[in-house]
Amino acid sequence: MIRFESVTKRYPDGTVAVDSLDIEAPSGEITVFVGPSGCGKTTSLRMINRMIEPTSGRIFLDDRDTAKVKPSELRRGIGYVIQHSGLFPHRTVVDNVATVPFLLRQDKKKARAHALELLERVGLPAAFADRYPAQLSGGQQQRVGVARALAADPPIMLMDEPFSAVDPVVREQLQNEFLRLQGELGKTIAFVTHDIDEAIKLGDRVAVMRVGGKLAQFATPAELLSRPADAFVAGFVGRDRGYRALGFAEAGALSLSGEKAVALGEPLRTAADQADEGWVLVVDGERKPQGWLAVGGLDDGALSGEVTPDLLNLGGTLAPESGTLREALDAALSSPSGRGVIVHDDGTFAGTVGASHVLERIEHRAAGVRKQALDDAGAEAAASGRTA
Amino acid sequence: MRVPATTVLATDANSSPWHFWTYFMDHRSDDLRYLWDHVYLSLLPVVVGLIISLPLGFIARRYRWSYPPIISITGLLYTIPSIALFVIVPPLFGLKSLDPKQVPIALTIYSVALLVRVVADGLASVSEETLLAASAMGFGRMRRLLSVELPIAAPVIAAGLRVATVSNVSLVAVAGTIGMDNLGRLFDEGIQLSTPTPYYPPIVLGIVLCVLLALAFDGIIVLGTRLLTPWRRVAR
Repeated sequence: MIRFESVTKRYPDGTVAVDSLDIEAPSGEITVFVGPSGCGKTTSLRMINRMIEPTSGRIFLDDRDTAKVKPSELRRGIGYVIQHSGLFPHRTVVDNVATVPFLLRQDKKKARAHALELLERVGLPAAFADRYPAQLSGGQQQRVGVARALAADPPIMLMDEPFSAVDPVVREQLQNEFLRLQGELGKTIAFVTHDIDEAIKLGDRVAVMRVGGKLAQFATPAELLSRPADAFVAGFVGRDRGYRALGFAEAGALSLSGEKAVALGEPLRTAADQADEGWVLVVDGERKPQGWLAVGGLDDGALSGEVTPDLLNLGGTLAPESGTLREALDAALSSPSGRGVIVHDDGTFAGTVGASHVLERIEHRAAGVRKQALDDAGAEAAASGRTA
Repeated sequence: MRVPATTVLATDANSSPWHFWTYFMDHRSDDLRYLWDHVYLSLLPVVVGLIISLPLGFIARRYRWSYPPIISITGLLYTIPSIALFVIVPPLFGLKSLDPKQVPIALTIYSVALLVRVVADGLASVSEETLLAASAMGFGRMRRLLSVELPIAAPVIAAGLRVATVSNVSLVAVAGTIGMDNLGRLFDEGIQLSTPTPYYPPIVLGIVLCVLLALAFDGIIVLGTRLLTPWRRVAR
């Protein structure tokens, strides 16, 4: 747990970077600090490991007052990942990863062996171990940066825009792998970003900060989307809030329709016979969906061949059975046949669902949420009425 | 001053510039002594100069306001003509004229003039992210300097060492003309032997040995840098 107790950072010129911040980042969770530039999010992060000293207030790691720990000692127990990885260009990848164990004077051989395991864990082949950072792509360097932060197995990690400097495709990969890794490790993580989408995707809790270093709202992502505390948060959280909030609503048991799928390699004529409204779903040998085939558009002469991958329309997204309403709705809306493809958790085909069915579910759920909100508001009004 | 033994030979020996090898073989012991003196006079000031420049360069980098004055003052030292510096060093440092310390002290001043800037610039070549990451992982200030900043600055500093060493090889020779033993003495002898007719062998020998010495030093520094900074050779 990381606890800020009315922490303020005021610079000699009078600028207030962080204004009496009170926040508790729970153990084993990802707490994201998000806000526009100048909101003090990075300053807050750096006060945790005393790279910046607070002007007033205290920061506790569990029950340890950070001000009472020697900075270098404190920092060796806290993992740190930054935007451009900050790897040491003169050290090999494996030695970069083993930096903190070396600082802690651990056995070099053991530290290197552990570093190799960590590289694998963050998705880098062992062949990278003896390369230098300059030989790696930005995404790979970022992975090494994460491995380095994990090397001494610190319970706490600080991450300062770790995925901001890589291209969107790599960023998404890194984010997904980071979530998977966190699922295994359960570190207490303070994560800084300016990207609200990243905050909502990664955070168990999100602290929205405004310029001047004031905390605007501290809540779960779903709460942030459904009940922004004020106009600033609402504006910062941005468009499509309603749609994005569906990403936190479990789809539950949708009633799936069967679909006569054909496998790759089967004759096109069979596919044409199975088609429903001109479209047929194509799966591979393991019954994993591959795409949709538009048999309605093929004339008799074209039906002589077999089903090959290049004939398929790949427009539809797949939604996992255990996924969210957002994924299910997106699968339905993006499907060329209008029938959203739902898959089992192992990736095999489960059934299809139409957009109207998903919408029914959404509406049913929203009705429940509205009723709850009304009850809450009533209770609040009653409470304030009593105190008045 | 010793009378060069060549005076006798000057009249009958072939005075073609290409006879420097014969000249060398005839005066081997003197010439090898000159060469050795030249080696240590070129190298010692660079080593001492580097030791002085490291803290100065560190200060120029650490306190940004001190960079312009430190760099301009040390840079100005380089504009003092070498012959004047050789002459002015003994009174400034309380030495007798032609004291053996006179030349190394003067050349150390030149080395500092060249090296303070490269140390400061070398340290500045370490990226902010690297420094931030090092501190965040718990490097103390001294440890960060020794095991992160200096190794990364090494290629820049080595480039400065090459310039300082090679320039010292030529500056040492100037000291030969005021009578200090080193390869510069060969030029002095050549001039003295050139009356009434020009006599080139010692002059050419001096040039050849100076160039070879400079090339050897340069090669050693380049090789040493390559061995110490394998990370610089990787493809970018």
